[in-house]
Amino acid sequence: MNRTTQRWIVGGIAIVISFVVFLVPFVFILLQAVKTAPDAGQLSFRWPQEWVFWDNLTTVLSTDDGLMGRAFWNSAVLTVGSVTIMVVLAAMVGYVLQRRPSRLNGVVSFFVLAGLIVPPAVVPTIWVLQKTHLFKSMSGMILIEATFGLSFCILLFRAFVATIPRDLDEAAVLDGAGPIRLFFSVVLPLLRPVVVTVIVVQSVTVFNDFAGPLYFLPGSDNATVQQTLYSFQSRTLSQYNLLFTDILLTTIPPLVLYVFFNRQIVAGMTSGAVKG
Amino acid sequence: MSTQARSRSLMRGFYPSWFLAPAVILYVIFFAVPTLVSFYFSLTRWTLFDHEFIGLDNFVEFFQDPQLLKGFTNTVIYAFVTSAAKIVLGMSLGLLLTSSLIGRGYLRAVVFFPVLVSTIGIGLTFKSLLDPFHGIVNGALGAVGLPQPGWLTDPNLALLSVAAIDVWKGVGIATLIYIAGIVAIPEEYFEAARVDGASAWRIFWSITLPLSRPATTTVVILSLIGGLRSFDLIWATTGGGPGYSSDVIGSVIYKQYQAGFYGLSTAGNVVLFLVVTAFVLPVFAVLNRKQVDL
Repeated sequence: MNRTTQRWIVGGIAIVISFVVFLVPFVFILLQAVKTAPDAGQLSFRWPQEWVFWDNLTTVLSTDDGLMGRAFWNSAVLTVGSVTIMVVLAAMVGYVLQRRPSRLNGVVSFFVLAGLIVPPAVVPTIWVLQKTHLFKSMSGMILIEATFGLSFCILLFRAFVATIPRDLDEAAVLDGAGPIRLFFSVVLPLLRPVVVTVIVVQSVTVFNDFAGPLYFLPGSDNATVQQTLYSFQSRTLSQYNLLFTDILLTTIPPLVLYVFFNRQIVAGMTSGAVKG
Repeated sequence: MSTQARSRSLMRGFYPSWFLAPAVILYVIFFAVPTLVSFYFSLTRWTLFDHEFIGLDNFVEFFQDPQLLKGFTNTVIYAFVTSAAKIVLGMSLGLLLTSSLIGRGYLRAVVFFPVLVSTIGIGLTFKSLLDPFHGIVNGALGAVGLPQPGWLTDPNLALLSVAAIDVWKGVGIATLIYIAGIVAIPEEYFEAARVDGASAWRIFWSITLPLSRPATTTVVILSLIGGLRSFDLIWATTGGGPGYSSDVIGSVIYKQYQAGFYGLSTAGNVVLFLVVTAFVLPVFAVLNRKQVDL
């Protein structure tokens, strides 16, 4: 058997297996989302008897006085707010850590790693949020998500800052830039590739977070998309079509990001694979 | 002092320490303080407004109550099973997807995509797919005359079924990490080995496996941390059931919190903290210690 035939045979088998293993669940979601309630209730892989996707979509978006629409808005606010904060703050930390080696660096690195490894303590965090009057508030949730994402972002920024020549800093300083100008007008724009990576990866993480809002942002007014998804299943046992329409809707934002930012996502998620 | 060293020390003032301040403030208030006080509150009976010191009672209860203990052992099993499967499958898929075959780009994309999808959405989808009576998985098994187990409803099977879903969702990231690791191995090693007449098996054991060690380290650590901390997927598929057969520490923490046992819930958090550090730190030390020399 020569190499070309092997390429085709192995690839062909892999593609067939990938259809069954990885695509069937997504096709299943799509199928149930376009069916009527009794049809979807069969949970079968059959072709829809009737296509009612628009009905399902409008029903999902209007249930509970537009809870789903509000949930999408809440998720968007939470994602944009927390990702903005973590990008700016983590970039500042990664930059100073890389540019100015000091005895403190070891300590900071320790806490950065701890932030990646240690699971957040749930009830004590609620206690802190109550003391600071941020419990059940969107601003509190934004700060929590930003905090939980800091460590990952700092590691990425520190590694990337190392690739920017110091001569550039010195040239900017000779031209009269102060520390703030130096960072925000000279260095930060050069960090664009890693900023994009961090934004995309962390947006997906925050958007998909379930446990955070479950604990720290209870209440249906504040519900995020993941919350509505979970509460949907208990109330709509006979309406699988609506449940799967909802699942489909929450799958679209990550899919769109993946299509456009495939390279950045892969870079962000595999960082550390080569260096260790 | 060399000119370079002098210019560096002159530049120090342009990298001000206060750049760290905003991040440090967030970290301390919302992460370090809760983690520290959790050690104290885990020793109390706690209502958020009021607490009473009760020593190690919460921990005693944690390890005596069969339900809570089950959550502990399940967590360890779950983390081991998912990590092992992600290493083996991730490595295999990594090898496959770096070899020459058609549809490689498509395959990489399709293996990775589930990583980005909401865990709750995946959990609810698989709950339908694995439905014992109507689900298409059992439908397919029945059609070819195989037994149709209650994947998520059989107490002996539920935890492993959830672990399998976890692997399905997470193997893409392990695969990508292995692909990056394998691609980084210099091509000369493979050429030299082939010139010496090494078999494919020998090349894998003597070159690919040892040299993709940084990738293995990353996968082991990521999947151990993820596995030990798991909550979302279990909550969306079995809710810890049937009974408490698939409870993990993460779901125990939530259940005790819901029931208003804040001290006990926090003790669960402390146990989780100890388990995670007890597993991850040694792995970190061992895997990072010996870098392969060639």
